[in-house]
Amino acid sequence: MPIEILMPALSPTMTEGKLSRWMKNEGDSVSSGDILAEIETDKATMEVEAVDEGVLGKILIAGDTDNVAVNTPIALILEDGESDADLNGYSAAAPVTRPAAEQVVESSAPAPVSVSGPAVEFVAPESEWNGSFTKTTVREALRDAMAEEMRRNKKVFLMGEEVAQYQGAYKISQGLLDEFGAKRVIDTPITEHGFAGLGVGAAFYGLNPIVEFMTFNFAMQAIDHIINSAAKTRYMSGGQVSSPIVFRGPNGVASRVGAQHSQCYASWYAHCPGLKVVSPYSAADAKGLLKSAIRDPNPVIFLENELMYGTSFDVPDTDDWTVPIGKAKVVRPGTDVTIVTFSLMVGKALDAAEELAKEGISAEVIDLRTIRPLDTETILTSVRKTNRLVTVEEGWAFAGIGSEISAIVMEQAFDYLDAPVKRVAGVDVPLPYAANLEQLALPQSSHIITSAKEVCYRS
Amino acid sequence: MATKKTPPKRASKKRTASSALPSDITNELILDFYREMLLIRRFEEKAGQMYGMGLIGGFCHLYIGQEAVVVGIQSALEERDTILTSYRDHGHMLACGMDPDGVMAELTGRSGGYSKGKGGSMHMFSEEKGFYGGHGIVGAQVPIGTGIAFAHKYLEEKAVNVAYLGDGALNQGQVYESFNMASLWELPVVYVIENNSYAMGTSTARSSANSTELYHRGNAYGIPGMQVDGMDVVAVREAAKIAVEHARSGKGPYIMEMMTYRYRGHSMSDPAKYRSKEEVQKVREERDPIERLRALMLKKKIIDEAGMKQIDKDVKAIVSKSAEFAQSSPEPDPSELYTDVYADA
Repeated sequence: MPIEILMPALSPTMTEGKLSRWMKNEGDSVSSGDILAEIETDKATMEVEAVDEGVLGKILIAGDTDNVAVNTPIALILEDGESDADLNGYSAAAPVTRPAAEQVVESSAPAPVSVSGPAVEFVAPESEWNGSFTKTTVREALRDAMAEEMRRNKKVFLMGEEVAQYQGAYKISQGLLDEFGAKRVIDTPITEHGFAGLGVGAAFYGLNPIVEFMTFNFAMQAIDHIINSAAKTRYMSGGQVSSPIVFRGPNGVASRVGAQHSQCYASWYAHCPGLKVVSPYSAADAKGLLKSAIRDPNPVIFLENELMYGTSFDVPDTDDWTVPIGKAKVVRPGTDVTIVTFSLMVGKALDAAEELAKEGISAEVIDLRTIRPLDTETILTSVRKTNRLVTVEEGWAFAGIGSEISAIVMEQAFDYLDAPVKRVAGVDVPLPYAANLEQLALPQSSHIITSAKEVCYRS
Repeated sequence: MATKKTPPKRASKKRTASSALPSDITNELILDFYREMLLIRRFEEKAGQMYGMGLIGGFCHLYIGQEAVVVGIQSALEERDTILTSYRDHGHMLACGMDPDGVMAELTGRSGGYSKGKGGSMHMFSEEKGFYGGHGIVGAQVPIGTGIAFAHKYLEEKAVNVAYLGDGALNQGQVYESFNMASLWELPVVYVIENNSYAMGTSTARSSANSTELYHRGNAYGIPGMQVDGMDVVAVREAAKIAVEHARSGKGPYIMEMMTYRYRGHSMSDPAKYRSKEEVQKVREERDPIERLRALMLKKKIIDEAGMKQIDKDVKAIVSKSAEFAQSSPEPDPSELYTDVYADA
């Protein structure tokens, strides 16, 4: 059988084109790579190269023909040992339609996809600690978590700017260089894009890097590697290559450092499948979640808060305290209104709840602890009880964490709501420097109180 | 003060078909080179044809013309070594021994593909063969490869990572961030610049300062460089042995600039109007890596015409089989949509 040469598609969108002219004549011998013809696509003139070897037996579509459908046979090639006689038996088949497009239609389409994707697995909360506690700062808790995991697993290492000799720009890595040496506690140049990518490469190969960003503001230089390289590779490799890496550092607004150094990235990273996003409030959660993050085989974004580093909390006296990623915590039970928040804002919400109690409003405060995967069950259970919801975050409201939570509650607990959800968030401006303006731009306890009263129809 | 230079090393010398072959280049090796380069070329021609039939979607970047680079470099590597490259990656995968069936089936988006059809032409991996992608963002593979080299050193494996990049990627900032760290920490990585003269449609002369000497780009970091005829597989291998040995022995990174050429457009939908047909034709006639090896084999009587025909036939059969597999392998099951996003904690 002679070999059919088909009208090629030279872009994913091309369905037909013009066969401009033939560069070979009937009877010419052709070999791989020879230019057979020129065709005009919707974009440009392109050459058709031979893939098979033989003799150009017959031209089926003459040069200067318009509207030739893709995959129409345009010529026949005779292979070694074939002659013109073999052409006689040939009858042109109907143009083959583009198989890829066909099959998409044919294949049984999956069931309609819910916006939130596959069912979220139930995550059990950490078991209660019955032992002793020690007052520990968030700073020390983070350091202890890293030290314990580095003792446990030699593949865990820490890299970042000033993490070793300087002992950490915010002193999180104090003492780690002394204990683990320069091989595992590595000062990097100021080169976020580079060392984030380097960390991902090391993780691909099976190491467990902890990459510290001096603040998450600088991680915008590295966000391509965090998302395109770390978050997507497992999927793109069909499950072959994972990125067991932790990116950690202070996130959000510090104090009077201006717009470029004051931003919450929770919704940026939480947007992306493949990442886990954690943002703890207390020292015990900071320690337990960081240990879980380091042990997790996926890329974890660990958002800390500079203003919390010096705050002390009770932390269990054990070197095996872990908190599961994906489990929120009711930090103050209540019955009238649910306040959902995370990180520094948990403190503001607790203050607000205290004030609200004085006015007879019982607020339930939920500390998300993990942003992705989001513990929707804890939120929904609370809303079904209180019938009212206020979300609080330092970041901007637009496409923020509060927006996502109110969408989920609307979808899954609409009938339980007695009032529209209220979002308390940072004002929609770059963060100003002036002390008074900065204060005005950020959520305060007073905003939370006002919003809680509004959803309770109290003034 | 006297001007200082870190003199990059040039390739020992230009090798042509007539020069005496180095002693480690056996007849068997030459035949392997021929088989592997031909496999890449025929595979890519087939991929181009299947793209034309609508069996392959999206972007498809063919490696035709550049075959000697990967084949020569791969022959200088050991099993424990690793490689990664950009999106023009089919040749690299075949050269490191990945199964043509699995590669072609990924191009057609089928479940038998290396990434179960979820990655496509630009995103394939094989930990078994030391191939770490397949990366779609220009230059992003360079810090990742540097990180794999970091892991080699951390684990004290005496292995080397080869990070391939194009002349276009060489202008990305993250490449220099990688050069800095690799040199600072003496990481075992060889950066192979595949200089095919065009960053998509922009020639090196229009995009790169000092464009005739890209191997100098590591000078500021103290990284030695060499420029090699990337259309001569024997020259590539001999040069690669120097660079790989340098990296393996703990002396840090090395930069190789391979002077090569791609015959096809940047991707399938590129009509390549930024260069003349004569320019392409001249390279095909005078520098084609496969034709040059053919001439060498005949001259040295390593194989006769009939033997060569047999290899051509064998290679063609492998490629045809891969094309058949890539069309008969089923599309991924719809349930695959949700798998492989996260590893189980």
